Amino acid sequence: MRRVVITGIGVVAPGGVGTRAFWDTLTAGRTATRGITLFDASTFRSRIAAEADFDPAAHGFGPAEAARLDRAAQFALVSAREAVEDSGLTGALEPVRTGVTLGSAVGCTTGLDNEYGVVSENGSTWEVDHTRAVAHLFDYFVPSSMAAEVARAVGAQGPVSLVSTGCTSGIDSVCHAVDLIREGSADVMVSGATEAPISPITVACFDAIKATSPRNDDPETASRPFDRSRNGFVLGEGSAVLVLEEFEHARRRGAHVYAEIAGFAGRSNAYHMTGLKSDGAEMAEAIRAALDEARLDATAVDYVNAHGSGTKQNDRHETAAFKRSLGEHAYRVPVSSIKSMIGHSLGAIGSLEVAASALAIEHDTVPPTANLHEADPACDLDYTPLTAREQRTNTVLSVGSGFGGFQSAIVLTRPRLQEAA
Amino acid sequence: MTTATLDRPAARAGARAATGSVVTGIGVAAPNGLGTEAWWAATLRGESGIRPVTRFDASRYPVRIAGEVSGFVDEEHLPSRLLPQTDRVTRLSLAVAKEALDDCGTDPAALPEYGGGVVTASSAGGFEFGQRELQALWSKGGQHVSAYQSFAWFYAVNTGQISIRHGLRGSSGVVVTEQAGGLDAIAHARRQIRKGARLMVTGGVDSALCPWGWAAHLAADELSHATDPSRAYLPFDAAAGGHVVGEGGALFVLESDVAARERDARVYGAFTGYAATFDGPGTPRLGDAARLALADAGLRPEEIDVVFADAAGARAADRAEAEALAALFGPRGVPVTAPKSMTGRLLAGGACLDVAAALLALRDQVVPPTTGTAEPAADCPLDLVTAPRETPLGHALVLARGRGGFNSAAVLSAV
Repeated sequence: MRRVVITGIGVVAPGGVGTRAFWDTLTAGRTATRGITLFDASTFRSRIAAEADFDPAAHGFGPAEAARLDRAAQFALVSAREAVEDSGLTGALEPVRTGVTLGSAVGCTTGLDNEYGVVSENGSTWEVDHTRAVAHLFDYFVPSSMAAEVARAVGAQGPVSLVSTGCTSGIDSVCHAVDLIREGSADVMVSGATEAPISPITVACFDAIKATSPRNDDPETASRPFDRSRNGFVLGEGSAVLVLEEFEHARRRGAHVYAEIAGFAGRSNAYHMTGLKSDGAEMAEAIRAALDEARLDATAVDYVNAHGSGTKQNDRHETAAFKRSLGEHAYRVPVSSIKSMIGHSLGAIGSLEVAASALAIEHDTVPPTANLHEADPACDLDYTPLTAREQRTNTVLSVGSGFGGFQSAIVLTRPRLQEAA
Repeated sequence: MTTATLDRPAARAGARAATGSVVTGIGVAAPNGLGTEAWWAATLRGESGIRPVTRFDASRYPVRIAGEVSGFVDEEHLPSRLLPQTDRVTRLSLAVAKEALDDCGTDPAALPEYGGGVVTASSAGGFEFGQRELQALWSKGGQHVSAYQSFAWFYAVNTGQISIRHGLRGSSGVVVTEQAGGLDAIAHARRQIRKGARLMVTGGVDSALCPWGWAAHLAADELSHATDPSRAYLPFDAAAGGHVVGEGGALFVLESDVAARERDARVYGAFTGYAATFDGPGTPRLGDAARLALADAGLRPEEIDVVFADAAGARAADRAEAEALAALFGPRGVPVTAPKSMTGRLLAGGACLDVAAALLALRDQVVPPTTGTAEPAADCPLDLVTAPRETPLGHALVLARGRGGFNSAAVLSAV
């Protein structure tokens, strides 16, 4: 089977734009959650988010382009550009052998929310006034437009798609790209995910089901995965894009390899659109299948990058899944949730977590779970509280769980070519 | 584009020896027929489902016709508790998935624990549901947004609800590539079969016939402004002036050929070839997608017996597709048809309905007609089928393009 490695990483995240700023935030255990500034959130239940400080002009978007492209598309373009530059493939990609997969759970929701207000005159009419619509409204309507933007920007003419499996989109997008390289449909995939969901409609819909934290008086510590006092997730935004490359293609050109994607799997709970059974059976099965594909025993896992959203049902579900799939090793392996620092950016977070997992291997460092002072008694694993941990990190398991019942797992390993060198 | 650069590495050829994927169940909701056999009979009769819009008051808009699925009674297809939490697109999807599963003759509950999954194509999710909640938000405030909004509108809703309803707990997925998505979804389901899944529900059913969706279509400026439904969507016609939007699509049960044989299943046909490409600057690559799909199926162009065209219904795009077909098959070298002239373009559902048409064409050995277009324009040198044509059919090619540069091609083969 053709092997697939990561040779480039690009990130836009709360706490800073660029892979270096991202890794600095994570390893410092710094939280990037704050009171929402992107719109007036004063009437909402949860008024906290992890926002990216992102100035379109600083990244080369002129006023017209900044207005046309949804914020999520801008994030994707900036992180894709960084990833390709980082891989050393700028100007060297063979278009027909290069593809794009981009994950997103809610697409151009910010653009849609704003434009709806215009064409409906603030919701006053059902038969909206199409003459007030912007010319690019259709690109917000069908979010594959964002994958197309990235494909044009990097010059990809192979398979291009948007993957949208809710909050596992970011993992599933990367796994889809691995499939395409393995089967021979592409040699290089520019693959990741993006999300810019901090808009009134998204905040309102999570308010309605009380999924987000209302800790408005202390936004910096609001995202508390696994902690006894947690009370919901904190919405985030951002993008991570990776350059995935067929192993021999990378080796021939002497590329720097961050990690190999050794295995992955997805399962569905077929249970409830938002609810989770506490036994974690389907996530455990996804983990087992991903490790099987990687031909690794559970004890090989050096770090578990958790979904760790900070809702009670998730943290218990996930803890049960780790115990079911990893056995006694679940109690020994460090687990952490970077959502404690950069929030939960829905479809994007899976790619941000894969990027963090690759960087954990690169730097032999496990990022911590911030704000974890006293674990929920039902969460009795080592969640790496507060402080990053330097340790040999050869194998990382990253997992995701999403509305719709999706459970995804991906296994990254230290690239063997570096060990041989 | 030279042939050499399109050649796939050895891994590609190896894939042909992998497990074959066959279709054992079909479900359809289309503007010209609800249910597979009703739709297929109407299609062979050349009956159009394009009519004046009834789902909302379209009087203020410059386009007032669409392909609506008529006669769909929600309560006949869904338990009442699901009605408040589902958009029409999900109601249609659940009904069509049930038809496909009933049709395949096996009970998903009898599958191994993680043996079945769902991969659907989406374009805009539950858009009408979303419009209602946006109206609540903007006119009354955030606290009036439904508790169901978080999962009723998003792109993954149909996969999730089908998975829950039928207990399909295997690997699942959702792809969005505008009108090309249907083929991409089936191809992704085929990947799961190759990895060992026993059964996949796959395809796409779409609907966004609400004023908010209409505004998006009007902004894209690709719709026909003709008022006569029979003259509005004329693919490859010299008078083509845009397309008509419809709703509906098709879902399939895809199984490995081994599993289907083991249980002696009735098989409509095999999904034997697929490829996707993306247009370069000034370089349409639909033809390359078709060539790669043929290579994936191990077929030569002369072995293709019918092409289901993307059929944009716009002059430049029609010409580009006709040129791609002429380059591959020779001018008028293969029968070409576009039964979507009777339904309009169905977003993520469109290419799936074409796959259903291809499978039934293989079953009945008849090419369904293109309606409206009497003969193709001079710059579209196609053998366009405008009346049902009985002819031996072994392999069908389905083409699809998505706005922005997406191209997908699939080959369906008689077994």
